[in-house]
Amino acid sequence: MSERLTVRKTYKLFIGGAFPRSESGRSYVVNDGRGAFLANASQASRKDVRDAVGAARKAFGGWSGRTAHNRGQILYRIAEMLEGRRAQFVDELRATGLGKSAASDEVDAAVDRWVWYAGWTDKIAAVAGSANPVSGPFFNFSTPEPVGVVGVVAPDAPLLGLVSVLAPVVATGGTAVVVASEPAPLPAITLAEVLATSDLPGGVVNLLTGRRDELAPWLASHMDVDAIDLAGVPADGVAALEEAAAGNLKRVLRPAGDDWSGEPGTARLTAFLETKTVWHPVGV
Amino acid sequence: MSTETLPSGPQLRAFLHGLPGVDQVGVDERAARLATRSIKTTAKAQAIDLAITMVDLTTLEGADTPGKVRALCAKGARPDPGDASVPRVAAICVYPDMVETAVAALRGTGIGVASVATAFPSGRAPMEAKLADTRAAVAAGASEIDMVIDRGAFLAGDYRKVHEEIVATKEACGDAHLKVIFETGELVTYDNVRRASWLAMEAGADFIKTSTGKVAPAATLPVTLVMLEAVRDYRAATGRQVGVKPAGGIRTTKDAIKYLVLVNETAGPDWLDPQWFRLGASSLLNDLLMQRRKLTTGVYSGPDYFTLD
Amino acid sequence: MDFEYAPAPESRSVVDIRPSYGLFIDGAFTDGHGEPFKTIEPASEDTLAEIATADGADVDRAVAAARAAFENVWGPMPGRERAKYLFRIARIVQERARELAVLESIDNGKPIRESRDVDVPLAAAHFFYYAGWADKLGHAGFGADPRPLGVAGQVIPWNFPLLMLAWKIAPALACGNTVVLKPAETTPLTALLFADICRQAELPPGVVNIVTGAGETGRLLVAHPGVDKVAFTGSTDVGRQIARSVAGTDKRLTLELGGKAANIVFDDAPLDQAVEGIVNGIFFNQGHVCCAGSRLLVQESVADELLERLKARMATLRVGDPLDKNTDVGAINSAEQLAKIRELSQAGEDEGAERWAPDCALPQRGFWFAPTVFTGVAQSHRIAREEIFGPVLSVLTFRTPAEAVEKANNTPYGLSAGVWTEKGSRILWTAERLRAGVVWANTFNKFDPASPFGGYKESGHGREGGRHGLEAYLNV
Repeated sequence: MSERLTVRKTYKLFIGGAFPRSESGRSYVVNDGRGAFLANASQASRKDVRDAVGAARKAFGGWSGRTAHNRGQILYRIAEMLEGRRAQFVDELRATGLGKSAASDEVDAAVDRWVWYAGWTDKIAAVAGSANPVSGPFFNFSTPEPVGVVGVVAPDAPLLGLVSVLAPVVATGGTAVVVASEPAPLPAITLAEVLATSDLPGGVVNLLTGRRDELAPWLASHMDVDAIDLAGVPADGVAALEEAAAGNLKRVLRPAGDDWSGEPGTARLTAFLETKTVWHPVGV
Repeated sequence: MSTETLPSGPQLRAFLHGLPGVDQVGVDERAARLATRSIKTTAKAQAIDLAITMVDLTTLEGADTPGKVRALCAKGARPDPGDASVPRVAAICVYPDMVETAVAALRGTGIGVASVATAFPSGRAPMEAKLADTRAAVAAGASEIDMVIDRGAFLAGDYRKVHEEIVATKEACGDAHLKVIFETGELVTYDNVRRASWLAMEAGADFIKTSTGKVAPAATLPVTLVMLEAVRDYRAATGRQVGVKPAGGIRTTKDAIKYLVLVNETAGPDWLDPQWFRLGASSLLNDLLMQRRKLTTGVYSGPDYFTLD
Repeated sequence: MDFEYAPAPESRSVVDIRPSYGLFIDGAFTDGHGEPFKTIEPASEDTLAEIATADGADVDRAVAAARAAFENVWGPMPGRERAKYLFRIARIVQERARELAVLESIDNGKPIRESRDVDVPLAAAHFFYYAGWADKLGHAGFGADPRPLGVAGQVIPWNFPLLMLAWKIAPALACGNTVVLKPAETTPLTALLFADICRQAELPPGVVNIVTGAGETGRLLVAHPGVDKVAFTGSTDVGRQIARSVAGTDKRLTLELGGKAANIVFDDAPLDQAVEGIVNGIFFNQGHVCCAGSRLLVQESVADELLERLKARMATLRVGDPLDKNTDVGAINSAEQLAKIRELSQAGEDEGAERWAPDCALPQRGFWFAPTVFTGVAQSHRIAREEIFGPVLSVLTFRTPAEAVEKANNTPYGLSAGVWTEKGSRILWTAERLRAGVVWANTFNKFDPASPFGGYKESGHGREGGRHGLEAYLNV
């Protein structure tokens, strides 16, 4: 009696709600924690970056125009879907070298992080906005708005790190182009499968796998990207990316050696918000 | 809109509510900025004399007597007995029963007699009484009639009634010029002031006037600004020029000059003429005279050097 | 009849301009070691004074003085004490308001009415506002005990010299930072007078240092390793250079850069007030305003009527002597800026837009440019895309609200915008869609210390003013 041959998964990119291969046709080998072959991942190119930014821009108007309540519902739905795939993520994390309980804890934390940000969608404006008492017959209020398309160079903590940098971008209405962890990209693509089935509109999150050194500069220099999170960039790579980001004066979030296990606070939410202040006369 | 056939209420409403809105804060701001104009030396001298010629010297008291009115007429004809270069005022403004006295006192001076009418200041009387009031004043020799609109009708949205009253009063005026008083302090909003301005001009007003002087606030710079914009736009649209008269609360030379600046920079220099702009006031004249003497003599004067009439 | 306003000049005797000025470092005026330069009066082209240039060693000294003051005096000082210094400064600015206003108008060319009624009162109000925050930072939403950053290097432009100084220095000091500030080379005088105000307020030496000079001094300051925070207001090009120069460092950066604001007039707008708003939007401060409403987007159905009113209104603008109290539009700040305005205006004509300016006599000497409007402008014209930074308005039309928003947002800038309509829901709909940091609805060019100001996209990073303005100077 022969054993059944397993059906292997092909890991592809996630752009505009679809799962294409890299336009370059390239892929790279992903090994597990002990160096054994795990899978081939797509090796995205600069043109994939371009396509992903295009998709993110296209999605921005609709996503930022959703009500905050609706975005909260969708982020919570992501948490539900992630919870449902718990076992799969635990396995994938164990393959990266984590022990069973560490992997399990990381999945739990990732689910909880989506829940945390789901709750923030309809509260951050109240916390970060204000009615301003100007000296004159005017009503003046400031509201936070999503900055637009955010490039995210994800840290190597393959699930919790990724969720920690991605969720705040989309919670406030931004759209994201993420360069996943280079050594451990598989949980990112599996997360994309979760996103694709969570009522998140296509293009809101776009995930690229491949060489960080190759992709990050294209993201940093892209003139239609409004902000960039350098969380996963090693210290010696920051200066060049920041310089590239200055081309269109992107908002830059520098890597800060974050500990992803703590309570996230609001810093990553506000980093990618713009404050809009509206004046109107008060009269009869 | 033609005044040949009287427009219906809905037509008037559609027209008046189709006028561009007025933003209160913006008008207040513009008026306040124009009020910062610094009018000095030669410009001030020119402004003072112009203001004097625009004064409708007014007494509208229950206690008015022929003696009081004659004194006022003398003052209007020769405001500063010690200085013949001081121009005369534009008109003397009185109640209808004082018109005859004023006409007699002013004969040969070229000064007009303006009479308030139409149950001034409230306007709360039957139409026939208002018209009789007007006809009496005209018959007594008034060259200008200052009527009040029915603010109640206006605020109730009965624009047709207001319109008809103005048309009828204009007819009763004959050759006398008709000034239409809105009592802007009761209309409250600048939107209402603009609508009242267009309503009155459409109905045939020769002048539009802010206030009776009996209700606070009376004339203000922003209200006058809105009315000046209205006469400017009305002339652009129809070719007919209508005058503007702020009245009440204008007491100092400084106030008067602010109004002249407003006229100059809103309706334009064409309105800087007593034929098109008047200042309804009682105590203003003496301050103008005092400031005028300061300019000619270089020293500050005092109230006892000018007549109290 | 013609009513000619006689000249009404504000007296120059309230200011005492010295023949030369040094740098203000560590509480004292000292010599600079670069090549000195002259500041001239734009309305007459007369030289006003010779100004020291700070070289690298001078910038070192200034940063060292600021560092020492931060570590020894200002950083450790309780917030309530810092507050009192700032309140004191606010009061002295009010007391010396006339002197500051006259000096500003002389050095900058702006009308005395504006320096007197806008720049100086707002500068005083800014210090007063941030003074109150100094001992309340724990309540600002940035944590229980937010810390200052250290030494702030600040570079400001020439369009609102004293006001931009206030926007920079007041929040920095309130949060416990010390500063080295470089004013623009064409307008250093009020900053140097402010140095005297700091002494009068007995502000500890080194808390505020003023270094003068041109672009090179600014570069030395922002690139200085002893600077923890860089704040810049000026052109987008220089902002980009600064962003590059701080790349890879730990320096915090805020930038307030250029703009090409759309002022959108819908057909139901309060037209006369819209005209005032358009005039105030583009001719205020000779159009030397980063948030100027330089693109008028008017609904086609009302365009002719609006333009007729606008032109009539422009004809009443009084251009000339900045010190005359009745002047509405003063002198262009420099020959260089005038050349740029001329060049772009010529481009407007060459590209086929129709140019109009009222008949106004301009003085023989000095730098002048008549208020100008271009009609028939297309989105593709340079005058619709590039910041002119002068009294030049480009008029475009639109048909629907969506088209207005699309055109308004079709620019790399995103500083400000205007909306004029009597319909409340349309204001909110439009404001929500405009990608700009400040939206003025049925008004324009309003500023207040309590109101956050700053741009989207290439108009800069961060906000100045209000509670939001604290963030730039706190370690959060």
